[in-house]
Amino acid sequence: MSITPEEARAMVARAVRKIVPDAGVESVPPDADLRRAFELDSLDFLSFVELLVADSGVRIDEDDYPELTTTAGCSDLLVRRSA
Amino acid sequence: MPSLGADMDAGTLVEWLVHEGDTVRRGDPMAVIDTDKSAIEVESFDEGVVESFLVEPGTRVAVGTPLARLTPLGAAAEEAPALSAPPAPGPAAAAASREAARIPAPRRPAGARIGTPPLRHHAAELGVDLTKVVGTGAHGTITRADIDRAAAEAASSGATSATPSAAAPPAPAAPGAPRVSPYARRLAREMGVDLTKVEGSGREGAVRADDVRAAAAGPGPTAEQAPVAEPGAEPRPVAASGSRATIAALMSRAKREIPHYYVAQTVDLTPLVEWLRRTNKERPVSERIVAAAAILKAAALAAREHPELNGFWLDDGFVPGDDVHLGIAVHVRDGALVAPAIHHTADLTLPEVMAALRDLVKRARAGRLRRAEMADPTLTVSDLGDQGVEEVIGVIYAPQVALLGVGRVVERPWAVDQMIGVRPTVRLTLSGDHRATDGAAGARFLNTVDRLLQHPEEL
Repeated sequence: MSITPEEARAMVARAVRKIVPDAGVESVPPDADLRRAFELDSLDFLSFVELLVADSGVRIDEDDYPELTTTAGCSDLLVRRSA
Repeated sequence: MPSLGADMDAGTLVEWLVHEGDTVRRGDPMAVIDTDKSAIEVESFDEGVVESFLVEPGTRVAVGTPLARLTPLGAAAEEAPALSAPPAPGPAAAAASREAARIPAPRRPAGARIGTPPLRHHAAELGVDLTKVVGTGAHGTITRADIDRAAAEAASSGATSATPSAAAPPAPAAPGAPRVSPYARRLAREMGVDLTKVEGSGREGAVRADDVRAAAAGPGPTAEQAPVAEPGAEPRPVAASGSRATIAALMSRAKREIPHYYVAQTVDLTPLVEWLRRTNKERPVSERIVAAAAILKAAALAAREHPELNGFWLDDGFVPGDDVHLGIAVHVRDGALVAPAIHHTADLTLPEVMAALRDLVKRARAGRLRRAEMADPTLTVSDLGDQGVEEVIGVIYAPQVALLGVGRVVERPWAVDQMIGVRPTVRLTLSGDHRATDGAAGARFLNTVDRLLQHPEEL
C-alpha cells in the first residue's frame, strides 16, 4: 500500500514525538538535521527507525540512514519504498 | 534511606511500592527514592512483613534514616529494621548481601574506618551505628570489642539505637498516592506546587508536567510550604536545584581528591563498522547493534584483563571490583546526568549488551533505575560521540579509579602499509587515578580495547 507524502510526514512527526514528547516538530524546517534538531542520540535514532518501520511497514536498512538525515528525507524514503 | 552513590547524603521518598502488612522478600522493590539525580527503585534488604512506614512520601531525609519497619517472617515479636540502614556500613550490612561485598565503598563516608562484613553484621545485630564507634584497632579500625562496648554503653545509657525519626507518627500508607513523572516532580519543587493537591491527567491519575503548571497558575498553595521540621529531615537548599548541586559536589570531590592522568588512542573502526553493516542487515531493526555497544563490550573485556582499573580507591588503597559492572553516563533530557551500571558486562553477549544499554537508557530517562544499578559501577564509560565531539577527556566518578571517554566515529585519513585511506575511527581517552595506577596501565588498557575492536566477531 502506497503512502502519501502527507501520511509520511505525519508518520515522521509521530515517531519523533514518541521519543521527544515535547518536540515542536512543525517548527523544524523539513531540511534541518533531524538528529541535531531533536537531540537524538544513536539509541534514540534506532528507536525512531524502529517506529517508522512499525508504522509504515517499509523496510529500512542501515544503508538508508544517510537519507534519513532530515524529516523531508525520511518522508521521501517512506513514499518511495511504499510505492 | 540507603546511600545510592558516593555523593548522596539525603534523598526524598517518592512513593511506597508496598503496603503495610505486605510480605516482602529480599530484592523486592519497596519504594521509589529521588536522589536529586533521578528516581530509583529501592529493594528490600531483608525478608519480612512490612509493619509500619516511618517516612511519608514527599519527605526528604538524611541517608541512614529508617524508612520502614519489617517484622521478620516467623518471628513476629522481634523487630528488624528493613530500610533503616545506618549510613556507613550500608543498607546491605544487615543482610550481608552480595552487594555489600561487592561495593563496600561508595556507601562509606570518607575517612570512616568501617569494619569487615562480619563485623558490620555483628554491629547490625546489636543495633550499633558504626559511624559512632571509636575504633581501637590498627589505624583506628573498629574491632568486635569496640562494637560490644558501644552496644553496652548504649544499653546502660538507655539510648535506643533504633529509629531517630520514629518520634514522628508513621505516616498513613497513602495507597492511592498518585504517580508523578520525574520532570513533573522537579517542576513542582521549583514552582512550589504541592503535589498532593495536584490532579493528575495522565494514565491512572499520574501527575504530569502540564498538571503541575496548571496547578501553579491557579489559586493554589504558595511556595511557602516548607517541609515540616522533623528530626532527620534536611532543608533543601533554595538556590542549587537538585541534580546540578549533586553533580557539582561529586565532580568537585573528584577534581579535589583524584590526581587524574590521561592517555588517548585513535582506533581504526573499519572492521567493526563493516561487520555491523553486514550483520545488522540480518537483524530486525529492534535488534540492530550500534557501534557504541560494541565499544562497551570491548571496554568490559579489557577491564577484566586489567583489573587494576576496575574498582575503587578507598582509605588509601585500591579495592578491585568483584566483577566488571560498566557504568554508563546517560544524559537525561531535563539536564540531569546519571551513570548507572550494566551488571557483569563482560559476561554478556554483544546483543545482550545492546539490549541492556537500550533498557538502561530508557529507564534512566523515565526515572526508573534500580538501587543496585546506581551504587554498583566499577568503571564508567562516557560516550559523547552522539553530541558530535571527537574526544571526551572525562572526570572520574569517585571512588572509581578510571573513566573511558568515547568520541564520535569520524572518518579520518589513515595510513596503512604506506598507503593513505579514509577510515572510520574513534578517539578513546582513558582518565586514570594516578594514586591507583600509572599511565602505562591506562595505555595497556587502551591497547587491549583496540585489539578487541579489530575482531568484532569475537566480541
